Amino acid sequence: MTFTRRTLLAMATALAPIAMLTPVAALAQDSIKIGEINHYKRLAAFAEPYKLGIELAVDEVNADGGVLGKPLEFIFRDDQGDPAEAIKIAEELMTREGAVMLTGTILSNVGLALSSFAAEKGYLYLASEPLADSLVWASGNPQTFRLRTSTWVQAAMLAEEAAKTDAVRYATIAPNYAYGQDAVAAFKENLLRLKPDVEFVAEQWPALFKIDAGAEVQALERAKPDAIYNVTFGTDLAKFVRDGGDRGLFDGRNVYGLLTGEPEYLDPLGDEAPEGWFVTGYPWYALADGTPGKTFVDAYMDTTGETPKIGSLVGYMTVLSIAAAIEKAGATDTASLIAAFEGLEIEDTPIGLLSYRELDNQSTMGAYVGTLAVEDGKGVMVDWSYKDPAPYMPTDDEIRAMRPAE
Amino acid sequence: MAFFFAQFLTGLANAAALFLVASGLSLIFGVTRIVNFAHGSFYMLGAFVGVTLMDVLPGAVGFWGAIILTGLAVGAIGAFVEMVVLRPIYRAPELFQLVATFGVILVIQDLALMIWGAEDRLGPRAPGLRGVWRIFGEPVPKYDIILIAITPFILFALWYLITRTRVGVLVRAATQDREMVGALGVNQARLFTGVFALGSALAGWGGALQLPKGGADLLMDFNIIGAVFVVVVIGGMGSLPGAFIAAVLISVLSVFGVTYLPQSTLVLMFVVMAIVLIVRPYGLLGREEVAGEHGQVGAPETPIRPYGRTGKLLVAGLLALLAALPLFAEQFVLTLTVDMIVFALFAASLHFILGTGGLVSFGHAAFFGGGAYAAALLVFHTDTRMELAFLFAPFAAGLLALGIGWFCIRLTGVYFAMLTLAFSQLVWSLAFQWRDVTRGDDGLVNIWPAEWLNSPAAYYYFTLALGVGGILFLRHVIHAPFGYALRAGRDSPRQAEATGIDVKRIQYAAFALAGAMAGLAGGIFVFSKGSVFPTELEIGASFDALIVVFLGGVKTLAGGVVGAGFMTLVEDWLTRLEYWRLLLGLLIIAVVIIAPEGIVGSLRSLWTRIRGTESEVTK
Repeated sequence: MTFTRRTLLAMATALAPIAMLTPVAALAQDSIKIGEINHYKRLAAFAEPYKLGIELAVDEVNADGGVLGKPLEFIFRDDQGDPAEAIKIAEELMTREGAVMLTGTILSNVGLALSSFAAEKGYLYLASEPLADSLVWASGNPQTFRLRTSTWVQAAMLAEEAAKTDAVRYATIAPNYAYGQDAVAAFKENLLRLKPDVEFVAEQWPALFKIDAGAEVQALERAKPDAIYNVTFGTDLAKFVRDGGDRGLFDGRNVYGLLTGEPEYLDPLGDEAPEGWFVTGYPWYALADGTPGKTFVDAYMDTTGETPKIGSLVGYMTVLSIAAAIEKAGATDTASLIAAFEGLEIEDTPIGLLSYRELDNQSTMGAYVGTLAVEDGKGVMVDWSYKDPAPYMPTDDEIRAMRPAE
Repeated sequence: MAFFFAQFLTGLANAAALFLVASGLSLIFGVTRIVNFAHGSFYMLGAFVGVTLMDVLPGAVGFWGAIILTGLAVGAIGAFVEMVVLRPIYRAPELFQLVATFGVILVIQDLALMIWGAEDRLGPRAPGLRGVWRIFGEPVPKYDIILIAITPFILFALWYLITRTRVGVLVRAATQDREMVGALGVNQARLFTGVFALGSALAGWGGALQLPKGGADLLMDFNIIGAVFVVVVIGGMGSLPGAFIAAVLISVLSVFGVTYLPQSTLVLMFVVMAIVLIVRPYGLLGREEVAGEHGQVGAPETPIRPYGRTGKLLVAGLLALLAALPLFAEQFVLTLTVDMIVFALFAASLHFILGTGGLVSFGHAAFFGGGAYAAALLVFHTDTRMELAFLFAPFAAGLLALGIGWFCIRLTGVYFAMLTLAFSQLVWSLAFQWRDVTRGDDGLVNIWPAEWLNSPAAYYYFTLALGVGGILFLRHVIHAPFGYALRAGRDSPRQAEATGIDVKRIQYAAFALAGAMAGLAGGIFVFSKGSVFPTELEIGASFDALIVVFLGGVKTLAGGVVGAGFMTLVEDWLTRLEYWRLLLGLLIIAVVIIAPEGIVGSLRSLWTRIRGTESEVTK
């Protein structure tokens, strides 16, 4: 037993120096550094493809000569999914590591913490993946820009499709936290505006990643809805789909799934992907040859050997946005970078023209919507289209009213 | 009626996996007295191993064979963990082992990520059991029926093992008095390893059996552990029939909760646990705890005394260094030190009730986060001046502690710990769900200090004064008559009562004081970060503090502070690395094995040994 203990310690000592080499340690002196904070371990399934997307884009940018003649460099740091930890790291990145701006996070609360920190200290933060719309609206500030398609817009796209049907009795199911509640509220508001006679007969709120699928399905079935709006994702979605399919909950009902078509959530379902659901997602497998979107997919699969997720796309476009902003600013001080991000336009990104609105610092990334089908044992989106977010946004006046102190 | 019945069946089916996992935890606790935080990790391992085996083994035989093999494999892993990690530290202070199990969690998380990758795995269907049977017209998944049918057999098998076999006799004897069992010539080490392996195997079976209803993912270890602890506590720790009844009770109530009170999903089981513990302090079928009655494990504690001259000089030197820090250190070092002082004060407040009072709280974050939220809510909603809002933090946290303590203080040991956990979950869910006031998960942002404190150096001195002041104050209280009375109540409640000390009242006051000091730390925290989120109230936040207190040394006065400093630095350094969880886990396990009295305690023992006898040092 002494032997085992000693081996264990020896292992720890032996591993330490190897592991120390893994982060990017020794770097070229005059690279332009970007601080990237994320939950690499806690949400590995989402953070890893995102990181691969970033690395692909950074390599491409640097192969093209970098930005302002210098190589672009991302410093990746793990915040354990804790907002307070993220703020500490952000400060270190900005004051000690010489980062020129901050980006990252998937969890909304970490994004909001960083946004508030950036505003207080006068740093620039590009919220790449967080889902909370309050980042750019109710809690928006001039220092925070946001790339990911807003939840409001995606919900509005589904509501528009739902309003075309005869269904009037709706049931909703969403994880019981801020994002789920916002996503349901956005769907309700949009649908009721388009179709005032709609009635919401059940609202289910399973705890995030702790769904009791059998009970939720029974509760939904009991309300006898015409259609269902789903916001669950990840393991909750898998359990919900499986139990709901078995118990026939989805038979003869329209189902609208927010994010359900994103590969992160669709791929694990395999041949049990729920056919016929109308969803937002990312049909990378069906993009036409020669389009920028397809070029990205090919490059990504070539370098990583994996199929892209929506996170890969977001990571890739994060780098494109930052590189374009730095080039436009011609400098790396925060004031110039913020000025450059206002109204920034980038041609030929994988989704076409991408810009950042001066109104609310939100990007114009839209969403792919389509219907789920199963082909070759995998879930895919068919009859899909890419929709621009502009028509689904609240009016400019509404947004101005939401954004404080501007 | 048919609908009710179908719901009832859903609840019973959910109870199956929960009971398996919970019975394992209950067995382990009953015999070894280890609060095994890593139990959820064995459940997760069961799911991953099960998925892997089912991919390889074909057909129905393969499916059920894979489940059986999974249990054996996870049991073997459990035995390995027990022998390597836990066996060296059975003589350590009570509950110390939970720190080691926390290290095990981290190691297993990273290893699972390395082996199985990040993507969620959907569990394979049980062959021939896809689809539903109709019962009174209601669809019930076939696999649910199978689960419901299997559970009684498992319960019966366990019951037979415990009550009808020699092994069971030994296990029961060890549950009642493990020292006596050892004295009677039973090989304790083998018994403990065996029980730990059986408990882990049960968790593994639980993970494998739930596969057709879900799958395997990297978050499932933490996602189940709360429910499992609730079941074990409601049933009565160490009681298998209790665990069964509680698993059914919780599962069925949850199903009805989902239908009739959909918003209740976050808290329902903790409310049930709180009610059960308030009515029946030892769970449904539990007995009063006997642990500790035969004296504490490990060496008896040396009497406390103020630091000698060397100690005072050392502390004074450290304080002088901290005071001079802004003159030469970079801004980030100041921030890191602020974090460290905040965490040290938080840990010191927990150490105060845990080490000095003997009250193990699993929910101390309620007061840290509660204080932070109290100040933040004032600023956010009423634009209160920072100075005033800051004062409100310890005040509100103290009040909260008075409220929670009133219910908890009548309990002892692990049940006290679990009731504090339940209440902290209630506070968390309040912050999480009451969005109109707390903004829920979006948290309260833009809570920055007043103008005169808003530079890094100014806020650093503010933190230094209040944080170190708070720590010194707590230390002073320990040396005051109040502290002596508190320790008397910890070491021997009966004798303390006999000398006229109202033990429960002293403990109640200490609990409130600790709450207020945690709230003070929370107040400093919220203005240094500028925001607060429900994460500060999570179980994980409470456990962080618990772990550093044990790591530093429960039976020493500086344990909490030193542990917090150590952990902050180590985490700051390790999280830069790719496999930081693995390394951190191994480091925690290593420290635990090398220094079973905690860092400070072991250093002191070493010091004593170098300097010669204890009496010489005391001078």
